[in-house]
Amino acid sequence: MTFTNIIVLAVVSLAAGAVPRARRWILCAASLLAVYFLQPALPVRYLDFWLPTASIGIAAAVWALTAAKPDPAGRRFSAEDGKAALLLALVVLAAAATRYLDASFLTPSRPPDIGWAGLGLAVSLGAAFLLRRASPGRRILGAAILVILALLVVLKTDELARTAAALLRRGSGQDPALAAAADIRWLGFSYIAFRLIHALRDRMTGRLPDCTLSEFLTYAVFFPAVTAGPIDRVERFLKDLRSDSVRLSDSFFPGGERVVAGIFKKFVLADGLAIIALNAANAAQATGAAWMWLLLYAYAFRIYFDFSGYTDIALGLGRWAGISLPENFRRPYLQPNLTAFWNSWHITLAQWFRSYFFNPLTRALRSSPRNISMGAIILIGQLATMGLIGLWHGVSWNFLIWGLWHGAGLFIHNRWSEWSRTWMPRLERRPAWKKAYTAASTLATFQFVVLGWVWFALPNVGASAQVFLRLFGIPG
Amino acid sequence: MADRNRFFRNVLIKAAILFLAVNAVFAAVDFLPALGRISIYNRLIPGRMRLPYGEHPESDYNLSLFNLEAMFAAHEVAARPEPGGFRVVLVGDSSTWGFLLRPEETLAARINVESNGALRVYNLGYPTMSATKDLLMLKYAMRYEPDLVIWLLTLESLPQGKQLASPILQHNAGEVRSLIARYGLASDPEDPRLLEPTVWDRTLVGERRELADLIRLQMYGFLWAATGVDHSIPAEFDPPQRDLDAKTDFYGREGPAFAEGDLAFDVLAAGRELAGGVPLWIVNEPVYVSDGANSDIRYNFFYPRWAYDDYRSLLAGWCSRNQIRLFDYWDLIPPEEFSNSAIHRTPVGEAMLADRLLAAFIKEKDER
Repeated sequence: MTFTNIIVLAVVSLAAGAVPRARRWILCAASLLAVYFLQPALPVRYLDFWLPTASIGIAAAVWALTAAKPDPAGRRFSAEDGKAALLLALVVLAAAATRYLDASFLTPSRPPDIGWAGLGLAVSLGAAFLLRRASPGRRILGAAILVILALLVVLKTDELARTAAALLRRGSGQDPALAAAADIRWLGFSYIAFRLIHALRDRMTGRLPDCTLSEFLTYAVFFPAVTAGPIDRVERFLKDLRSDSVRLSDSFFPGGERVVAGIFKKFVLADGLAIIALNAANAAQATGAAWMWLLLYAYAFRIYFDFSGYTDIALGLGRWAGISLPENFRRPYLQPNLTAFWNSWHITLAQWFRSYFFNPLTRALRSSPRNISMGAIILIGQLATMGLIGLWHGVSWNFLIWGLWHGAGLFIHNRWSEWSRTWMPRLERRPAWKKAYTAASTLATFQFVVLGWVWFALPNVGASAQVFLRLFGIPG
Repeated sequence: MADRNRFFRNVLIKAAILFLAVNAVFAAVDFLPALGRISIYNRLIPGRMRLPYGEHPESDYNLSLFNLEAMFAAHEVAARPEPGGFRVVLVGDSSTWGFLLRPEETLAARINVESNGALRVYNLGYPTMSATKDLLMLKYAMRYEPDLVIWLLTLESLPQGKQLASPILQHNAGEVRSLIARYGLASDPEDPRLLEPTVWDRTLVGERRELADLIRLQMYGFLWAATGVDHSIPAEFDPPQRDLDAKTDFYGREGPAFAEGDLAFDVLAAGRELAGGVPLWIVNEPVYVSDGANSDIRYNFFYPRWAYDDYRSLLAGWCSRNQIRLFDYWDLIPPEEFSNSAIHRTPVGEAMLADRLLAAFIKEKDER
């Protein structure tokens, strides 16, 4: 998000907060428009129109799969759903219609012919209509999850993304030899996908609350959170969205505080630190261990201020619009152990994986006929979960190792907690020792996390291993 | 909640008043020079071996800015001098600065190494070709009390019409006008290329870019200190143009000779005056001499033969009349030791020039 993007979204949030009666529709329309507005320009012709349209279309299809059972009169679509479908159609057509204006202000580049946009829209809405009529069972819901995961895997795997880009380039009459993974930068799909999987999975387990099409679309592509989260839960989001007691006078200053803090973190601290943050080029050029540590610390604080700054902005904008998005960061670098770190770093992602992967996996392992020890269950659960969190950032060895690094750290902390249970109460009785222990464990946790960033920041295992050696004064 | 809102409202009002006041004060007083002198260089981290200049800051770990105070504060020349050292400053264009050379390969660095500590040479060259730009750098260099000034020149820095073409001059209009007035230079003090900031430009908001550049200069300092890199050198670049166009004019003038006032000898005279009692050497820097197409009428991309020959003759005469040591090294470097232009030298070419200058220095010392 650029500073200009933030200003525009702030105006929309304030407008939504200032007009409570129209708030839900303003948020729905703004969120749909924001998917186009925030999408970066792409080199494949019209792709920066089709990807936002696909986000909306997939969200509508998932709503159709997960929406409530027909009402007693057998109606599957309420009047409100009809209005939402009309709004969706208007937004897509309006985005396409900017093709005929001199300057396209809504889409990053010239959209396709409105006829093609209309056809795409008809296919999306037609699919949603058919899915809604079909009353799909668990298999269809499971298949939908697999389709979304498959899309994520393609986007996150360089080679697959490049192949997909080559196909798209060929389809649009462009040279496939120029295809690159970055050709398919799909705005916010990593977050949209997890919201949609959450909805599908909760529908399978019967926990998903009923919601209208406009509510679901707003949830899936809510404009403050579409680019970088947080990943909210449907039931919590709906509570705020349906609230009648939203008053901008109550949220103006608290929301403003978060927005200003976020802008400062992102554009002053993070962008300033970005200059000296560790990367492949400066890692190869740094001349001594002390300087290498400086670059690494700069990276650690840069990534924190960047991500938590975006989250602050999202929370502030959401607050203005009457939606209290969940916190994503709570002083992560001041936590006394790795478990506490993961309860305060990218909280909503960690919670998502805990709910939909770690807990089911450890439950399954516990109930396995093989008698697996608790230690082994925790080790498998932590390594698998953190490995997947690593791969969510991109399918590469480095992200996988970063995830496993944290998985191993969480397991070690778990065992340490078990072991220290016997003597910890004695420590608790001596405040000075307890303070020293907490300070030392906080420092150790921070150092562990910082060292983990070496895997995250660099593009390959060799470069990361070299940096590790050089951090400890060993020539790489 | 009402109390909290009142608190925030008061914060907003006070912030707005402070914001307006600070902007008004910034517009009234030029803080940029004073802020430029605040630097981590030479304190927390080593000073740069050449003046800040960078076309690709993210890979150069360096950037171009127009705050001369900040530029010199970031340079090693601003560090406390070692007692007893013989301090030499080099001024000149991008070839003196060391374009496409690592900091340890530049002329100044080579002489430092080869003199075994007898000389302390500071590279105050700066890319863009204008003698007036060199004069401005010399003005700042004199603050650091050099024992010798070496001014590396080439004809391209001397046309009167080019004197104010350098962006660093245009963004330091006050300094340039002061030089024009003090030394009676031929350049027009009202030249529209000299940028006069408006009141808005001088506010805190108007100067945000300059302020951000000051911070970026400090931040890039950490990378300079960590890596020793201040200029990213591409793996491949085009060599100087060997086959030349059959043009014989130099900035619109045809030969066989320059008219009086075509070249900025007034700026050289100002440099001599500015140096005061400090010896000033002028070096006619080496140029690429082509043997390709049309090399019978041109030496290289920059110079028709008549213009360059006449310049050398005029420069020699002027230096002789003004009792200034001239070292005319125009053909010292073989063509293969130029990197990407008719004036940029390779490390080997740089070493050849360094040897010659050091020999001249030793000879001068022995004669004294």
